[in-house]
Amino acid sequence: MQATPNMEEYWRRTRNLMLTTLAIWAFFAFVIHFFVHFLNQFVIAGFPLGFYMAAQGSIAVFVVLIFWFAWKQNKIDEEFGVAEEE
Amino acid sequence: MAQQTGQDVFVANLGKIYGYYTGVFLAFVVFLAILEQLGVPGYILGYAFVLLTIAVYAGIGILSRTAQVSEYYVAGRRVPAFYNGMATAADWMSAASFIGMAGSLYAQGYDGLAFILGWTGGYVLVAVLVAPYLRKFGAYTVPDFLAARYGGNLARFIGVIILVSCSFIYLMAQLTGTGLVAARLLGIPFEYGVFVGLVGILVCSMLGGMRAVTWTQVAQYIVLIIAYLIPVVILSTQKTGVPLPQLVYGQILQEITTLERTAAYIAPFVGEAKGHTTPFWFRDPLNFFGLIFCLMVGTASLPHVIMRFFTTPSVREARQSVGWSLLFIFILYFTAPAYAVFAKYEVFTNVLGKDISTLQAVAALPSWIFTYGKIGLLKICGANAASPEAVFAACQAVKDAAGNLAPVKTLTFNHFSILPDTVVLATPEIAGLPYVIAGLVAAGGLAAALSTADGLLLAIANALSHDIYYKMLDPKAPTARRLIVARVLLIFVALLAAYTAITLPQGILIFVSWAFSVAASGFFPALVLGVFWKRCTTAGAIAGMIAGFVVCVVYMFGTEYYGMARWFQGTWLSRQGLSNIASGVIGIPVAFLVTIVVSLMTKAPSKELQDFIDQIRVPKGGPVMGEEKPAIGH
Repeated sequence: MQATPNMEEYWRRTRNLMLTTLAIWAFFAFVIHFFVHFLNQFVIAGFPLGFYMAAQGSIAVFVVLIFWFAWKQNKIDEEFGVAEEE
Repeated sequence: MAQQTGQDVFVANLGKIYGYYTGVFLAFVVFLAILEQLGVPGYILGYAFVLLTIAVYAGIGILSRTAQVSEYYVAGRRVPAFYNGMATAADWMSAASFIGMAGSLYAQGYDGLAFILGWTGGYVLVAVLVAPYLRKFGAYTVPDFLAARYGGNLARFIGVIILVSCSFIYLMAQLTGTGLVAARLLGIPFEYGVFVGLVGILVCSMLGGMRAVTWTQVAQYIVLIIAYLIPVVILSTQKTGVPLPQLVYGQILQEITTLERTAAYIAPFVGEAKGHTTPFWFRDPLNFFGLIFCLMVGTASLPHVIMRFFTTPSVREARQSVGWSLLFIFILYFTAPAYAVFAKYEVFTNVLGKDISTLQAVAALPSWIFTYGKIGLLKICGANAASPEAVFAACQAVKDAAGNLAPVKTLTFNHFSILPDTVVLATPEIAGLPYVIAGLVAAGGLAAALSTADGLLLAIANALSHDIYYKMLDPKAPTARRLIVARVLLIFVALLAAYTAITLPQGILIFVSWAFSVAASGFFPALVLGVFWKRCTTAGAIAGMIAGFVVCVVYMFGTEYYGMARWFQGTWLSRQGLSNIASGVIGIPVAFLVTIVVSLMTKAPSKELQDFIDQIRVPKGGPVMGEEKPAIGH
């Protein structure tokens, strides 16, 4: 596999997707929990929001995020003809 | 070839097979529940749960025995994404998740959620940075990749040392878990319990390697998830009328918050704000976020997890499989905080606030308190609650801060301590549920500990037999001998881990957290920079792995056993100082820094190596490391 211009574009797109995914990850893994005191003022169905985000909210986001990433990366693979043959 | 076809038929019918299996397991639980109603004593139910589940796992292990190298190491790379997700979830969720986590949430409230976040978010890193690329490379073990990317056996050897260290620490925690469960369920001493677990682990992993472990782990996932959900669903239905604990435990949370402010419950805590939803009283922000960081990066570095993604048929399925894994893990993890809250509510309403000023009043406390007190898992007023007399004497002898006698008259949260590792196992009894539920939970805990131990043991034995013996000592070794070496090493490592677990008891969660920091500090930069930074050199990666590993281990053992002071203590960063369960906060940056600096000081990797990296980066084109020919004659 030579580093053709096409491959450079492929890798650029892959890297951008990686950075987007990691940014969303970092927000829900760390940033949102910096504001737990603020979020805990809001109580929904008995759950203080800050507590809820750490107990359920963020991890639900992680699950969706991985499936979204896998789908998106697969589309890039197919567009550049580098997906695996069936 | 007949065996090959048999496997394909098996893979095509997975849904049906595991569907029946689930039905039979549920029927078995109902059957035992009926037996209990007919008056069959609890210990017989306990034996039935332990022996029958272990027999099933062993049966799967024996049916999946194999003598083919690629079947033994990577299950023939035929495991569909969905089922690999289930197996990964069982591989992942260990005694720490099943037995330890809800207990820690019970004790630490919000601050315990660092484990929930840390043990899930890491899968994003696995999906984006690690799994697809190592799957494309086509490795059998993580050190295989290090050797290929970083020119040979020195990198491989260091990789094996880190792998064995983190997996071994992790394995000891699982054996402690099996010991606890077997002891509780069978009424035998902890030490014997460890060996009962050991037998279960060995029969699964020894004969069939990765293939047997994969199909056993799927079976174990089904048992553990059913066992985890049933008691909380029952509690939720009892308390709120809705069988969806994860959605409705907010109400119970509110009641706990109210009770926490009542003097009868937390009298000694008033003004200290240690409520269930109050952040950062148990762990300050540095430790909270530091722990999340270490656990997440550790997830993407632990060899027994990464190697599960070597078994999928394609790179694309490797990525999807990470999603399935986290979905199956999510089912338990978003239940654990609910479990903790329901358990706490039971304790608050059945135990706390009770009068303990006379011996008679103490004797009227629920009897499970003394059951657990006798085996040293539950303390009241600082002493084991072995009998009403012991509790009464201890509570009468309590002194206040000035040293004056101040007998405790009402049982409060502060005077009632249950070992976190027993909360999950004890909750069915605390809530007065039938014994069959307690047995089911214990069987689930056993499944969780065994499935993780299988994976860990296999990771260690594979590294020793494939990387050390075959790749470094005797590259001409015939297949049969390599697999025999793998099996002998498996037994040896298992016995050593069992011995260490018995002689060095430590909290399950602590051991496991250490393993994450060690793996993260040792492996993460070498793995990630190896794919994403072509300029990363052999010298850089080796120096980085050594530096990260050594710094992490020194901080861990230094602060734990040799009286080394915690870093950052009392500074603006942290009031408590950096706890050693988050040692990776130091180890990971050091490893990155050393890898990058040394790489820039040494000559850039060759053109061939850069082409090799280009090949790993695209899914197309088959594995980079050639698959071996299947052994002939089996």
